[in-house]
Amino acid sequence: MSQATLRVQKISGHAGTVPGQDTQREPTVCKLIDTTTCIGCKACEVACMEWNDLPFSETVFGNTYQTMPETRWNYWNLILFNEHEREDGSLMWLMRKNQCMHCAEPGCLAACPADGAIVQYTNGIVDFQQANCIGCGYCITGCPFDIPKMNPKTHRVFKCTLCTDRVSENLEPACIKSCPTGCLHFGTKEDMLFEANRRAKQLREHSNFPNAGVYDPRGVGGTGVIYVLHDASQPEIYGGLPANPHVPWSVKLWKGPLKWLGNVAMIGGLIGLFVHYLRYGPKAREEEDIAPGGTKT
Amino acid sequence: MTNGWIDIKNTDMMLIMGGNPAENHPCGFKWAIEAKRNRNAKMIVVDPRFTRTASVADLFCQLRVATDIAFLGGLINYTIENSRIAKDYLLNYTNAAFIVRDNFTLPEDEGVFSGFDVKKASYDRSSWNYAGNLPAPAPPPAAKPGQPPAPTPLPPLPEKVEYDLTLQNPRCVFQLLKKHYARYTPEMVERVTGVPKDQFLKAADLFTSVRKDGDMKKAATIIYAVGWTQHTSGTQTIRTAAMLQLLLGNVGRAGGGVNALRGHSNIQGATDMAGIFDNLPGYLKVPIPADTNFDAWIKRITPKPSKPAQWDSFNYWGNTPKFAVSLLKAMYGDAATKQNDWAFDYLPKVDRNYSWVQLWDNMYNGIVKGMLAFGMNGVAIGPDTRKNIDALKKADWLVVGEIYPDETSEFWKSPGITQEEMKKIQTTVYRLPCAGFAEKDGTFTNSARWLQWKNAALPVPGDCRLDQAIVAQIFLKLRDLYKKDAGKFPDPILKLTWNYTDQSNPSLAEVLKEINGKTFVDAEDPATKVQLKAGQQIPGFAWLKDDGSTSCGNWIYAGSFTEAGNLTMRRDAGDPSGLGVHQNWGWSWPANRRVLYNRASCDLEGKPWDGSRRQVWWNEGQQKWVGNDVPDFKADSKPSDHMGPFIMNPEGVGRIFAPLGAFADGPFPTHYEPTESPVDNLLHPKQTHNPVAKVFKSADDKYGSVKDGYSIVCTTYRLTEHYHYWTKNNPMNVQLVPEPFVEMSVEMASEMGIRGGERVRVSSARGEYIAKAMVTKRIKPMMIDGKITYQIGIPIHWGYRGIAEDEGKTAKTTANSLSPAAIDPNAYTPEFKGFLVKVEKA
Repeated sequence: MSQATLRVQKISGHAGTVPGQDTQREPTVCKLIDTTTCIGCKACEVACMEWNDLPFSETVFGNTYQTMPETRWNYWNLILFNEHEREDGSLMWLMRKNQCMHCAEPGCLAACPADGAIVQYTNGIVDFQQANCIGCGYCITGCPFDIPKMNPKTHRVFKCTLCTDRVSENLEPACIKSCPTGCLHFGTKEDMLFEANRRAKQLREHSNFPNAGVYDPRGVGGTGVIYVLHDASQPEIYGGLPANPHVPWSVKLWKGPLKWLGNVAMIGGLIGLFVHYLRYGPKAREEEDIAPGGTKT
Repeated sequence: MTNGWIDIKNTDMMLIMGGNPAENHPCGFKWAIEAKRNRNAKMIVVDPRFTRTASVADLFCQLRVATDIAFLGGLINYTIENSRIAKDYLLNYTNAAFIVRDNFTLPEDEGVFSGFDVKKASYDRSSWNYAGNLPAPAPPPAAKPGQPPAPTPLPPLPEKVEYDLTLQNPRCVFQLLKKHYARYTPEMVERVTGVPKDQFLKAADLFTSVRKDGDMKKAATIIYAVGWTQHTSGTQTIRTAAMLQLLLGNVGRAGGGVNALRGHSNIQGATDMAGIFDNLPGYLKVPIPADTNFDAWIKRITPKPSKPAQWDSFNYWGNTPKFAVSLLKAMYGDAATKQNDWAFDYLPKVDRNYSWVQLWDNMYNGIVKGMLAFGMNGVAIGPDTRKNIDALKKADWLVVGEIYPDETSEFWKSPGITQEEMKKIQTTVYRLPCAGFAEKDGTFTNSARWLQWKNAALPVPGDCRLDQAIVAQIFLKLRDLYKKDAGKFPDPILKLTWNYTDQSNPSLAEVLKEINGKTFVDAEDPATKVQLKAGQQIPGFAWLKDDGSTSCGNWIYAGSFTEAGNLTMRRDAGDPSGLGVHQNWGWSWPANRRVLYNRASCDLEGKPWDGSRRQVWWNEGQQKWVGNDVPDFKADSKPSDHMGPFIMNPEGVGRIFAPLGAFADGPFPTHYEPTESPVDNLLHPKQTHNPVAKVFKSADDKYGSVKDGYSIVCTTYRLTEHYHYWTKNNPMNVQLVPEPFVEMSVEMASEMGIRGGERVRVSSARGEYIAKAMVTKRIKPMMIDGKITYQIGIPIHWGYRGIAEDEGKTAKTTANSLSPAAIDPNAYTPEFKGFLVKVEKA
């Protein structure tokens, strides 16, 4: 996997600073998914499988056109199908391409205790380095989008890589390339936001979608994957897209204040022990405490 | 398509009906999305189910299967009532002003047009004609000894047609059209199709809004596929759409037209090259026994202009003799001479219907003894699976050319055949391993009529052989046998040209050169002074002659492989006009024109209706038609000559009224119910069904009705994730959609106590289909004439052989076990969509 031009800016579970951190700036990459022009053809699902050499999965009928209920350790890209009735009684069949959102402030990276198991590059891509993964599964708890999935046999966790191997060679991700309708776009965050907002405005003005908007959630610092939604006021209807995703409080506390509290408690306890020893010395045993025959006088 | 795939990006308004391009043509559908994104084009989808195409539409109407003519007729009525007509276009580019003969009558309450013979169940179509200088009827041709008497030929069209440009004459086409569709009110549309009146009016208002207040700038397109063709009134459904587009002045316009989305990647090529019994390559009409010689044949099939005296008509089919002689020279070379009538006697004379369903019926009745099935899974794809299997049981031999074992090549193992019965089957089956699409070169002709050469990506594996090698080797062996053993009439085989470098595996490039054609003598074009030497490829069909000096395997492909080379290999993506013409990418027929009838994109003076989409125009200085697309017209015909844009019609104008022998079931479409229908025909209850549709009868051809318990309307269709019966062998596709299912409404499922994922049995009078239920909001119950009617839908992609099937995960039934062998009387397409079933838990 060539990562020639990728530079790391954040490392999970890492003591100390990241080499070269904050020395250069580069625009972050962004995948724009326009749910209003997705036709659910699954070319992107197949492209992801083929590019990443993922093995075929056993699937069963689930009363839906959706390939499987959720992403898997070996199926990183999944179109979610949802039938939704609007207020005026008309039907919508919503199709949302579901995969890692490549958050600017990734919950998985924050939660991961293993040094270097999860990295974030300066271009915004969040990547799992399975060689360093200890299989604890904390990243799964840390992700507000329920994306990382563990291989039950090898205990390594996997997710979409935003095709780091293609992007580092100036190619667009495999899913982008395969999309026949041009519903998927790829470029810098700035350019994709511009295009997304233009499209949302067009939907509001011409297509009877007054609530059309762009999904780029602030709670995770914005994401490397943004959606144009027919109705941005109800992201949940798109297969449980969280309205306000953020790193879970348990992870924030544990990796933030609680860590320092724990450090303080630990160091404080050692200092206290030392001070106590200085002040009071070792525990003294009194002769009067023990009388021959057993009882204390 | 009259237009093309990329041209769809130029549209302002799309009506997608009888088709599901998002699912079945996702790559081509890109252009519909481009139109939405870049032009704010609106999309209306009308379908029995809410499909993935409907999911991106601006307006969706759910319609009862097989009632498309009623809906479109309602649109025609709306267009006329609300004056949303392209007036100048209608008057000058269509036959709206032509007067019709006095003895023609509309169906009205009777439900049949004038000339219907109840006993013969066929029409005498001579009243379906224009008023004008009709010649005295010709005497019927003398019967050949030993042959049945020839059918009375149809009278010709009048050379000079009477017309009324005020459109007030009650016998003019326009007034008859208005009268005929006056019955198709919004209320009637609701009763027949189930589309609520207000929704229908919304759709009608939106679609016809392109001509609101007489605006001619906008263009609307109609896009369809087999949702329209797979009915006993399929051809007439498309006719209704064509008439609507003529009324609205959309044909010939960029972003307009009547656009068929072909299925198989080279089905357009197959129809162009006449893989069908009643055509010769280039849509020439086959000779029939009544054509006693070449001249009689040519006389019958070559039309003469028929139009108002003041107008001009190019009547390009008038060049039929040139196309026919050149074709015969291509087939028989030096053995075709003027003296022997150009080897006319070598051509089989088509004496009856030899269409697909008819052939399998013949096999069922022991008339057809053997069949070569190349890449065609007849058992699964044809109507009434059981009948097709029973037909194969009776055949002496079957040759299957395929890349996987399939239902046809293993027909004796189909479910329900016992070991005992297997022993009785005497059919010898030969299975020839063939090449897959990536292992073949040659051209594909797409829906847009573009011929694109492709190279083989992989060598053919193992013992597999290319299709042309198999056909060639069969032919060479047959020819040897005829040489050795003579026979009844060996000449058509012995004299057939077969001049390929490798006779047993002809290069398709050589075949394409042969199809393009060449001249045998030095020749010059008087207009352009271009010269050709003897033996050179001709640049186009304008060079074809009827004196035997040219040969051409398919006149519409002339120009595809010239002295400049194989133009179908070109890949120049340049498009200076931005209209998606891409003149130097591949080669389109005819003559590399991308939008047909494009002269109609201009007004009477030759100026484009819309200045922002200039396709062709009249250049006064050069005194010819020029443009960003090749003009589909006589280049030097001045606008003041009033030559019609529809150069392939003898009238030169578009046919709102289709006269004489154009269609078997009427010059105007009228709504007929499918063979198995839940209601009578509300438009004319005396004639519920298409009176001339062919409905096959045999022990295996059974039909059901509501009183037999078959009250649910069923349709069949295709998914994105699978391609007919091929991909059930491919793990990737099986992963995406692993199991067969039946789609039904939430209401019907709850009434029957069926939950999503439960197994159900769907049965028709012909067979049964067992699969899991998909309970969905996307198919709603319909109110048909005030009664609740349920519809269900079945994707066809499974059978009794495949990955899931071989693992015992399915019930091994085929969807077409349910469908009836009832066919359209013009195109002979079976009624796969719209028959009656019952549903129960399995």
